[in-house]
Amino acid sequence: MPYTADTPVPPPTAEELRARVPGWGADLDHADRPAWPKERFAPGVSGAHWEYPDEQQPREGRERSIEHLQLPPVFGTAQPLHGVSGAIRRFAYDRFSEGRAAHWLLLVAGDRVESTGAHLRSLLTLRPDNPVTETGVLSELHRHPIASRRGRVDVRHQLLDPVLVAGPWVLAGGVVWMLGRRLLRR
Amino acid sequence: MTYRGPYKVRVEEKDKPRIEHPNDAVIRVTLAAICGSDLHLYHGMMPDTRIGHTFGHEFIGIVDEIGSSVEGLKVGDRVMVPFNIYCGSCWFCARGLYSNCHNVNPNATAIGGIYGYSHSTGGYDGGQAEFVRVPFADVGPMVIPEWLSDEDALLLTDAFSTGYFGAQLGDIVEGDTVVVLGAGPVGLAAARSASLMGAGRVISIDQLDYRLEKAASFAYAETRNYTHYDDIVVEMKKTTGGLGADVVIDAVGAEADGNLVQHVTSAKLKLQGGSPVALNWAIDGVRKGGTISVMGAYGPLFSAVKFGDAMNKGLTLRMNQAPVKRQWPRLLEHIRAGYLKPSDMITHRVPLEHIAEGYHMFSSKLDGCIKTVVVPGS
Repeated sequence: MPYTADTPVPPPTAEELRARVPGWGADLDHADRPAWPKERFAPGVSGAHWEYPDEQQPREGRERSIEHLQLPPVFGTAQPLHGVSGAIRRFAYDRFSEGRAAHWLLLVAGDRVESTGAHLRSLLTLRPDNPVTETGVLSELHRHPIASRRGRVDVRHQLLDPVLVAGPWVLAGGVVWMLGRRLLRR
Repeated sequence: MTYRGPYKVRVEEKDKPRIEHPNDAVIRVTLAAICGSDLHLYHGMMPDTRIGHTFGHEFIGIVDEIGSSVEGLKVGDRVMVPFNIYCGSCWFCARGLYSNCHNVNPNATAIGGIYGYSHSTGGYDGGQAEFVRVPFADVGPMVIPEWLSDEDALLLTDAFSTGYFGAQLGDIVEGDTVVVLGAGPVGLAAARSASLMGAGRVISIDQLDYRLEKAASFAYAETRNYTHYDDIVVEMKKTTGGLGADVVIDAVGAEADGNLVQHVTSAKLKLQGGSPVALNWAIDGVRKGGTISVMGAYGPLFSAVKFGDAMNKGLTLRMNQAPVKRQWPRLLEHIRAGYLKPSDMITHRVPLEHIAEGYHMFSSKLDGCIKTVVVPGS
C-alpha cells in the first residue's frame, strides 16, 4: 500500500513479460523512441528543399485567423466561403481570435445556417437530400442492431440522435404551420 | 463522399483535384479508413465543417500527377500519406513538430493541417474519395516498402502511429502500470505499444466487451469494462494497491461516455469542446506525480476538466496530434521483426459507394466494428 515506501503491486519480471509479449521492451531505451525528445532541431531531414515554400496562387479573399500575421503559403481550397454562412464565418475570422468563444460559436452557427440552406436548396434539385440513405440507417438491417446494443450504456443517448437530426425540421415545420394558420385566419 | 450536415454523408461526383502548388501531388486513393475522430465531424462537433467537404485523413494510393517542383515521387508510386499536412521548413517543422506546422492552415494557428478535417484544419478535402490533393509531396508521403501490405500501411497513416506516439508521451519506464482508456484503434495501438516500452502491466478500459476481447488478444492487456464497476476510478486504485497507475493514456476524446450529462452537453448539444469524462478519469486514476498522455481528439471550445486535481497531484500532462512520419522508421522495424501487425484491428471493409452505412455502423458500434476500411472503385 502507498502508506509505506514499497510499490504495493510489483509488476511481473522482465523475463516473464518477454516470454509472454512479443517485442516486450524493444523500445525500453528512450533513444529508440522516435518521439523523444519532443523537439529536435533538424531542419534538413524533412525532405523540404526550400527555406520558405512557394506561395500558392491565387491568394485574394482567403479567410484567415487574425492570429496569423500573414496568409500562410499553402492552404486548402475545398469549399470557399459563400452566402449567409460565408458572411458569418468571415466575421468570425476577421473579428475574433481563436482565444474567444465567440469565434468558435459563430463558426458553429455558420455550419448550421449552411446545412439548413443546403437541405432546402437540395429540394429544388434532381437529387434532394435523402435522410434514409444519407444517415446510413439501412445498415441496421444486416448489422445485428439489437445484439450489438445489448448492455451498452451509450444506448441511452443514442436515442437522442434521431431527435437531433429530425427535431429542428419538425420544430421549423410546426412554426411555419402555426404562422400560416394565423395568417389565413386574418 | 461529401458531408451533408450532422449525421449525413453521401457519395457524389466532384471535380478531380488539380495541382495547385508546385510541390503538390494528386493521389489516386486505393484504400482509406474511417477514423474515430471522423465521427466528431460526422456528428457536427467540429466548427467550420462545410457542406460538400470530403472527409478522410487515413489513406494510401498511387501517385497520379505531380507538380513541377516534386523531386522525391514519380507517377505510379505506391505511397502512404501521413494525416498531417506540413511544409517541413517552418519554425515548428524544423524542430520535428510536424503536426504543428505553421505554413498550411490559415484558419487556425492552434491546429496544423489535416486532410478532410474541416476548414478549422486548413480546408483540404480528404481521402475518402477516388482522388485527393496532397500538398508538399516531397515532405509527407512515403513510398510503401514492397514487403508491407496495403492494409498495414493504411493503419500507419494515423491510428497505429498515433497510439505508438501516445505511449511514448507517457514516458513509460520498465515495470510501469499503464492504463489505456478506450479500446478503439488508437487505444489498442497504445496498449500494444506500451509493452514495447517496457510496461509491467497494461490495463485497457472500455464499455464494449468485444473491444476489450481485442485488447486482450491484440495488445496482451488486462481488461476492465467500466460499466461493471460502480466507480472505475476506485477500481483503478484497488488494482494498483491504492497507488494509482503510473501512466494513463486517454484514447477516447470528445465523445466519451460514462457520464450522461458530460456526454450530452458536449457530443449532442455542443456546449463543450468535448466530453472530458476520460480525461477526468485519467486525472483521478493516475498516481500522484504520474503522467497522462492525451491522444483523444477534442474540439477547440472549453471543456469541464478537473484541473485542480491535476495540479494538486503534481501530474505531467503530455499531448499533441501525432507527427506521424517520425514514427514510421521504428514502426516499420517492429512490423518487419514480427512484433506488430496493425491490420489485425480491421473488422470491416466497405465500398466507397456504401460509406454512409459504414459511418452509421462505426458511429453506432454495430456488428463488432472496430476499424472500417473504405475501398474506392470496388
